[in-house]
Amino acid sequence: MDWTALWLSMRLAGWTVAVLLPVAVLMGRFLAYRSFGGKGLVEALVMLPLVLPPTVFGFYLLVAFGRNSPVGGLWQNLFGHQLVFSFEGLVVASVIFNLPFAIQPAQRGFEAIPAEVREAASCCGMSPLASLWKVELPLAWPGLMTAMVLTFAHTLGEFGIVLMVGGSIPGETRTIAIAIYDRVQAFDGQAAAIMSAVLVAISLFTIALTYWLSARMGRRLS
Amino acid sequence: MALEVMARADSPIPLDVAFRVEPGELIALVGHSGSGKTTLLRSIAGLWRPETARVAVNGTTWLDTAARVDLPPHRRRVGIVFQNYALFPHMTAAQNVMAAMDTADYAEAERVLDLVNLHGLAHRKPAHLSGGQQQRVAVARALARKPHALLLDEPFSAVDRATREKLYDEIVALRAHLAMPVVLVTHDMNEAQFLADRMVVIEKGHVVQEDTTARVMADAHALRAMGIREVAAMLPAVIAEHGDDGLTRLDAPTGPLYLPWIDAVPGTGLRVRIMAHEVILSRAFPDGLSAQNIIAGTVTRIVPGAGPGVMIHVDVGGHEILARITRRAAEQMALQPGMTVHAILKSMSIARDHVVRAPDAASTAE
Repeated sequence: MDWTALWLSMRLAGWTVAVLLPVAVLMGRFLAYRSFGGKGLVEALVMLPLVLPPTVFGFYLLVAFGRNSPVGGLWQNLFGHQLVFSFEGLVVASVIFNLPFAIQPAQRGFEAIPAEVREAASCCGMSPLASLWKVELPLAWPGLMTAMVLTFAHTLGEFGIVLMVGGSIPGETRTIAIAIYDRVQAFDGQAAAIMSAVLVAISLFTIALTYWLSARMGRRLS
Repeated sequence: MALEVMARADSPIPLDVAFRVEPGELIALVGHSGSGKTTLLRSIAGLWRPETARVAVNGTTWLDTAARVDLPPHRRRVGIVFQNYALFPHMTAAQNVMAAMDTADYAEAERVLDLVNLHGLAHRKPAHLSGGQQQRVAVARALARKPHALLLDEPFSAVDRATREKLYDEIVALRAHLAMPVVLVTHDMNEAQFLADRMVVIEKGHVVQEDTTARVMADAHALRAMGIREVAAMLPAVIAEHGDDGLTRLDAPTGPLYLPWIDAVPGTGLRVRIMAHEVILSRAFPDGLSAQNIIAGTVTRIVPGAGPGVMIHVDVGGHEILARITRRAAEQMALQPGMTVHAILKSMSIARDHVVRAPDAASTAE
């Protein structure tokens, strides 16, 4: 059992969720309330990682983050190591790759709030920020919760893009999914089996937790 | 603290309206759906901005497109009751009310909830309240904002008839506590006649008529858009006694009025809406008639309509009854102003929701 890999996966999933939560709130809310020209295109772009093979996506990220790219070059100058094949690079890739899993449920959550309720909030004297905090977030919470859990679980299970952008550096980019692959390649069936079982257990637990929380939330709201 | 409103727009609906509401006055904007009355209300609240508009309360300008002033809704001191109430579903009644306060104060929230007869329900969430109770929470929340203008958007349309009648009485009673201008949007003329001091009739975004409620309700031309059958007079009356046969006798300026059982104690002040098309006129005192109410009066005015009808204004003890009869009947009867006539009214023709408590009776009944 590669505990380092499991811990790395958890950290990666945690960071991805932490970065995506505010993004999901802002983008989900924006897409839910506004209609503008090109909205369909923006929504399609957000959904793109869902349909692209991770290898294609990973390839583009490799090119975009590489030492010779503006982003990669800037990173190298600032932090003294390259963005690809690093934990930070994995976080960035994971954040982008999980955009649909975070934004889509958040958007549905905000869309479920009747326009009149939001109007009532502002007519009650709430500033947009107060309305977000006191009315919209509590009401969109089931959607946001789903977004966060999906992102977390999906990051734990992500394989292709991690391999493309991160490689398999122990303690840096070797996640549990990569570690399982390595073990299988090395004919270490027992280790692969244990780690697979652990991953199944964690994923199952996370998703069960969401269902339980959203059911509880549903009761609280009605 | 008068509310002044002027709004002009070409889209989404044409709009060209201006009116003014005095402090403590309740004005009803009446018109069909699509006439622009709700859009107008939304412009006052800041939820919509017409191309050209000015909204000012007590000298404070909320919106002035010419001067580029446009306060967002949360910076306007406005209380609004939405058609479907738009309560915050995750908050209790008290929390809903506190959400509209500058600083949350539970005792004050309970006081406001008491004011709308919701004593003891402060801890309930909207889903556990009836439609009428939800409407009361919405009213309480609007009042908790300490609004400089109170806006009611079809606030009675989502409850059943029995609840609506009760809510009318409550709003009438609440009026004593309301010092700000109140704007009621409705398509229900019965509601408007009972609740409003003045009425603005809006048709396709334009003002057809603006006047006191009594005058608008007697004006067949103004009510053309709303349906001429809405023309009605309103008489004050006091419950005298309940008969064994299920009829209630009222004392009115017209003499006694017999109506189907009214659930209130003798001495209760009422207002009775008498539809013009329900009234039959007779020159001689009719005999052997089933109708229980025969009221003698004097013809004051005869107003011809566009169609086959004429409106006869009959003075009875200083109050007016309206009778809409055919021009042919008026000619056959040779009706002239000054003539004595008998207005005949079936007890059963007065619907239960056309009888509402008088303001003073409602406020003492609190």
